[in-house]
Amino acid sequence: MTSSSPLAAPRYDDAPVRLFALASVLWGVVGMAVGALIAAQLAWPDLTFGIPWLSYGRLRPLHTNAVIFAFGGCALFATSYHVVQRTCQVPLFLPALARFTFWGWQLVILLAALTLPMGYTTGKEYAELEWPIDILITLVWVAYAVVFFGTIGVRKVRHIYVANWFFGAFILAVALLHLVNSAEMPVSFWKSYSAYAGVQDAMVQWWYGHNAVGFFLTAGFLGMMYYYIPKQAERPVYSYRLSIVHFWALIFTYMWAGPHHLHYTALPDWAQSVGMLFSLVLLAPSWGGMINGVMTLSGAWHKLRDDPILKFLIVALSFYGMSTFEGPMMSIKTVNALSHYTDWTVGHVHSGALGWVGFITMGSLYYLIPRMFGQVKMYSTKAIELHFWIATLGVVLYIAAMWIAGVMQGLMWRALNPDGTLVYSFVESVKATYPFYVVRLTGGLLYLTGMLVMAWNVVMTVRNGRTAPSSLPTVPVAA
Amino acid sequence: MDILFLLIPMSVVLALAVLGVFAWALHDGQFDDLQREGERILSDEAPRA
Repeated sequence: MTSSSPLAAPRYDDAPVRLFALASVLWGVVGMAVGALIAAQLAWPDLTFGIPWLSYGRLRPLHTNAVIFAFGGCALFATSYHVVQRTCQVPLFLPALARFTFWGWQLVILLAALTLPMGYTTGKEYAELEWPIDILITLVWVAYAVVFFGTIGVRKVRHIYVANWFFGAFILAVALLHLVNSAEMPVSFWKSYSAYAGVQDAMVQWWYGHNAVGFFLTAGFLGMMYYYIPKQAERPVYSYRLSIVHFWALIFTYMWAGPHHLHYTALPDWAQSVGMLFSLVLLAPSWGGMINGVMTLSGAWHKLRDDPILKFLIVALSFYGMSTFEGPMMSIKTVNALSHYTDWTVGHVHSGALGWVGFITMGSLYYLIPRMFGQVKMYSTKAIELHFWIATLGVVLYIAAMWIAGVMQGLMWRALNPDGTLVYSFVESVKATYPFYVVRLTGGLLYLTGMLVMAWNVVMTVRNGRTAPSSLPTVPVAA
Repeated sequence: MDILFLLIPMSVVLALAVLGVFAWALHDGQFDDLQREGERILSDEAPRA
């Protein structure tokens, strides 16, 4: 404490939390709108008149980068900065560096939004950004790690809350994944070649790709889950002991699931089997965590009826359970022989992305944003309820359409005539998928509409709010 | 598959590092009173004036 105001309670540093939370909502709208556009392109390929900048191949990575790293990334920054301060009961370590992470991350997003439509890409899925942006990402990420772990280092509470373990593992793992997978040799300012070639590159890419799902889209958002569900339900997590087991089991087993993306390729068969085995093992900790989160409401189920924020958080967990069952099942090689390269995979990803990541983020932001602007709740609770039902309907339409389309494609591609020739040409399977692409677009548009309702609600909440600083508890908590 | 000579040792080292962190947490007493730690987060802000 400085000597200037010994009586004033120390304050949490919430400015970066506010900025990241609002940015997350904005990028959510943008990223989902691009998603709806490319979904429409799949149904009507001539939609954008052949303009190269608006072609599917360039906009698809823009969509994935925007929803994962801009919407999801900003939400992770916001919630981790919020949770680490509250659970450690100290303000952020090096506040200026926290502000640098905000502006640096926005610059990364802006550069992605410019370079991807222009066609500058490394061609590595979920790691498309070219080398100058990769270096900027590295700088921002190191700063993020310094702020986060620095805050834990100066904590006033001896115990490190489980959410911080998840956030910490997410930050460290993403740093490692980014450094290894983005190793590349520049040939010009906007062009580089990967340090690896052929199947080696594929293995590194999917070691990265799957762990990005595991640590960015799972561990990080589990950090949100373990803080915001107990807070919103006003009850401690069902079994804190199980949450610790969930954490260690998950991070010990995740690293080797990646080869399941390369079944029946040039990757050695044993490596594929190892990938499948680890994927199957992952079911156990995932479901343990899911049940633990849902059971937090045990004895207070009525809260689920009245509170749309809890609906978001708990339904997010049921999608987490669903996709962590579906994923291991799809990693079984015989199932994968049917599902691989079909729209089933797209459906699986979106059940995790829209259902789990999207819902847990929206629920957490609905808890967080009013409190960051001196309010006790969002401007309109009815609008949250509306958002919940529109979004749920959207997700269900989306994944059901992709399930049917995927299984149909898989069956059509493997159908053989008695003489061993293929029954269907590829284009026949594309034609058969058309109605499901339209249903998928409908689901996506509903989900986007829900996000627009949220954006309106956030704007109204912020307009009525004030950025009142919140203080640390005055009674020191014994360690 | 030369890349496995990088990825496998890296994963093993990582798993050992994780084990090390777990051992630290255990000896530091991070898991000594889990019941209370789960409840503590419910009161992490000063009541608003």
